[in-house]
Amino acid sequence: MTENGIPGYRAVAWNEPLIFQLGRKGRRGSTILAAEDQIKVESGDVRSRIPEAMRRKESANLPELSEPEVVRHFIRLSQQNFGVDSGVMIGHGTCTMKYNPKINETLARSPRLTRIHPLQDTSTVQGILEIMYRLAKLLCTLSGMDEFSLQPRGGAHAVLTNARIIRAYHKLNGELEQRNEIVTTVLSHPCNGGSPAVAGFKVITLYPDPETGTPNVETLKAAVSKHTAGMTITDPYDTGIFDPCIDEYIKIIHEAGGLVAVDQANANSLLGRLRIGDVGADLCHFNLHKSFSAPHGSHGPGSAPVGVKKHLVGFLPVPTLEFDGSKYYLDYDRPHSIGKVSGFHGVIPAVLKAYAWIMAMGEEGLRETSEVAVINNNYLIEKLRKVRGVTLPWNKNHPRRLQEARFSLQQMMEETGVGIDDVNRRMVDFGIQKCFTSHEPWIVPEPFTPEPPESTPKEDLDRFSDVLRQISREAYTNPEIVKKAPHNCTISRMDLSSPRDPKKWALTWRAYLSKNK
Amino acid sequence: MGGRVGLKGTDGKEILARARDLGAKPVSPVRTIEALREITQIADSIELVTYPFDMGEEEARECGFDPKVLGSIKENETTAADTANAAMAMLKCHVDLILFAGGDGTARDVCRSVRQDVPALGIPTGVKIHSAVFAVNPRKAGELTVRFLHGKASLREAEVMDTDEQAFREGRLSAHLCGYLKVPYEKDAVQPSKSASFATLDEETSQDSIAQCIVERMEDSCYYILCPGTTVKAVADKLGVAKTLLGVDLIHKRTLVGSDLNEQGLLKLLGQKKAKIIVSPIGRQGFIFGRGNPQISPAVIRRVGRENILIIATPSKLLSIGPGGPLLVDTGNEETDRMLSGYVRVVTGYQEEVVVKVSS
Repeated sequence: MTENGIPGYRAVAWNEPLIFQLGRKGRRGSTILAAEDQIKVESGDVRSRIPEAMRRKESANLPELSEPEVVRHFIRLSQQNFGVDSGVMIGHGTCTMKYNPKINETLARSPRLTRIHPLQDTSTVQGILEIMYRLAKLLCTLSGMDEFSLQPRGGAHAVLTNARIIRAYHKLNGELEQRNEIVTTVLSHPCNGGSPAVAGFKVITLYPDPETGTPNVETLKAAVSKHTAGMTITDPYDTGIFDPCIDEYIKIIHEAGGLVAVDQANANSLLGRLRIGDVGADLCHFNLHKSFSAPHGSHGPGSAPVGVKKHLVGFLPVPTLEFDGSKYYLDYDRPHSIGKVSGFHGVIPAVLKAYAWIMAMGEEGLRETSEVAVINNNYLIEKLRKVRGVTLPWNKNHPRRLQEARFSLQQMMEETGVGIDDVNRRMVDFGIQKCFTSHEPWIVPEPFTPEPPESTPKEDLDRFSDVLRQISREAYTNPEIVKKAPHNCTISRMDLSSPRDPKKWALTWRAYLSKNK
Repeated sequence: MGGRVGLKGTDGKEILARARDLGAKPVSPVRTIEALREITQIADSIELVTYPFDMGEEEARECGFDPKVLGSIKENETTAADTANAAMAMLKCHVDLILFAGGDGTARDVCRSVRQDVPALGIPTGVKIHSAVFAVNPRKAGELTVRFLHGKASLREAEVMDTDEQAFREGRLSAHLCGYLKVPYEKDAVQPSKSASFATLDEETSQDSIAQCIVERMEDSCYYILCPGTTVKAVADKLGVAKTLLGVDLIHKRTLVGSDLNEQGLLKLLGQKKAKIIVSPIGRQGFIFGRGNPQISPAVIRRVGRENILIIATPSKLLSIGPGGPLLVDTGNEETDRMLSGYVRVVTGYQEEVVVKVSS
């Protein structure tokens, strides 16, 4: 089935119930043989070894299915999946949805990794500690920072960790009470404001100049005072614009006695090209599940190592990973550390995959990564700007972008009544992932933000823009098709009232039953 | 000028009200029909009530509705009084929503008649659209109406601006705040796929956070001048003090010491005491002084001092101005305007502020 030359798509629709709604009482996948008499005698009453308070009074309300039913159920669900391995994911800007190399998945599933435990004596796990240590050193080289901690579990967690380090720094200098403000920018990731707020700071947000799309230096100067503890900023922004004033911002914040933490979620365009430490940043973080090819597993598990300059190393979370010349060890003896920020030592599978990817790429490969990512994106920009109804904000000052770009469908909305919500629902009819719109607040109206990482073949770029052009044509000639989309997907429209309503929402079967007696 | 049409439902189901701008350009009926077409999809479950002839009946029938027609007018000779009467008739009918077509003048007429007793939404067909009660375009007005009637939109108070027509003809823009209407808005029309969209605060919660922050900072020794508007009113609500929505009130030690004061009254009560002004910008245009609060004269501003002006605004209001500004001042005194210009902080939430520019 083709539509105007675009290969057709129709999603599988199994109408598969929840596993709790399948099966029959008494059904089993396999039965376990009763223990032989001699074993029973030797082991005694095993159940009595479970403390009374932990013993079940009733049996668990588990589904009872035969093995074929289980297999079929999950195969069907998997057939209804859509992801980076099945479709075009260019739409997910700022996520950097690059290919997750299968060799790295195999490595991470090796029993040599899955069968070790963080509580093992470090002398028995030197191999993985070495990999963690080396990754930290590689990230230092890439960023120009002096030390990295692999502890934080995701971007917001990393920014929180950095905010807490900033607090600890000022507290040690006796200035924390006076310095209670963090400055950020509205086009930075919302966690750049949210995490410092959780850390106890007042958050001062700067808006961009309408012409340039970035804040002007005067605004920052007006925001900075003796109350400034520091600045958090995402650079480059999700708009694909690298803030040209970042070195000035850093200078201003430093002059005021503050520290600067840079969110490098969008580092894919900077690999091998710019070291934020060299520009003067005091802290930063990377997202391994973005720039470094570790998978986004349903929005996790993330891993976001933080990097700091020498003067902040003492505040890093415990334990840090050290090498004494002959062995790797965990150091908990750090009197100025902000303490533990997560269980154990980090997201090890992500660490392994990121390390493997960097080593496979090498210095040349990393530079090629950032170069191809930027070329891909600008090729896409040129194609999308020609689509009727699509505009690129701040295009006079920034006709070229780095890793991604934020477009607007405001013109299409005004001329046809079709907006980004409609377009996104129609996009999936063509077997491509819908677009990330924008973090809030929506500075750009009817926004969409695609990002084609370096692993995107040119055919995908062309397909994506062909689909968007087709949808635009529909919007201007027969908008109902777009407004009533999707037509080819597993389910049609979602009723979003339940996830919003405390009386309806349920994250477990038990909760669902209790609310729907 | 403008007319309004109300629509009422029967068994307590959704009601749709529609008004029509008479005497406006021929484009007005067309735009009204554009809006109504979006509503035809629920025609079977609502009752449309309207005013006769070109105040709504014609447009409704054109779209296939079979409306209930109230009132009587002189065809092609309707006035503002007809607008007011229609709105009042709709209110008496217990409509769920008054949908009116027109400009600021129409909005003003609707507002004066029904205030916030019934939700209202404007289809923009007039030339002067400075009020925040209008949808972005006719189609959106229709869509928003449907969403509202399905219980999928929230209500907020939006400013109604009255533009000085004479000044407008002379090429000057002079609009002032003349009231508020309760208007549907789309809090979550579109879901950002990556961010925690459920965490977006609605207007009331935002205003409450701001109020909490302001109240915590209040000092007993200080007098607080509370300017008009719902964001500032939320501060009074937090204190448990009754505030006039459109007037300037004075608070000291968390109690009301002056209500709906004019410039003289304000200056007299203040004397030489330490005072702060709590003010919120008007949506879209962004005026903080000079449009809705003439009582805050240059003399009052100078008495209080620039550093004692507390500007508060919810993030979505700030977004409608700019985004991110600039805020505007037009006190009538150039020197005062100059003094107020420059960068200021705006409180947008609990321990959250934004730096914006003020221009004149």
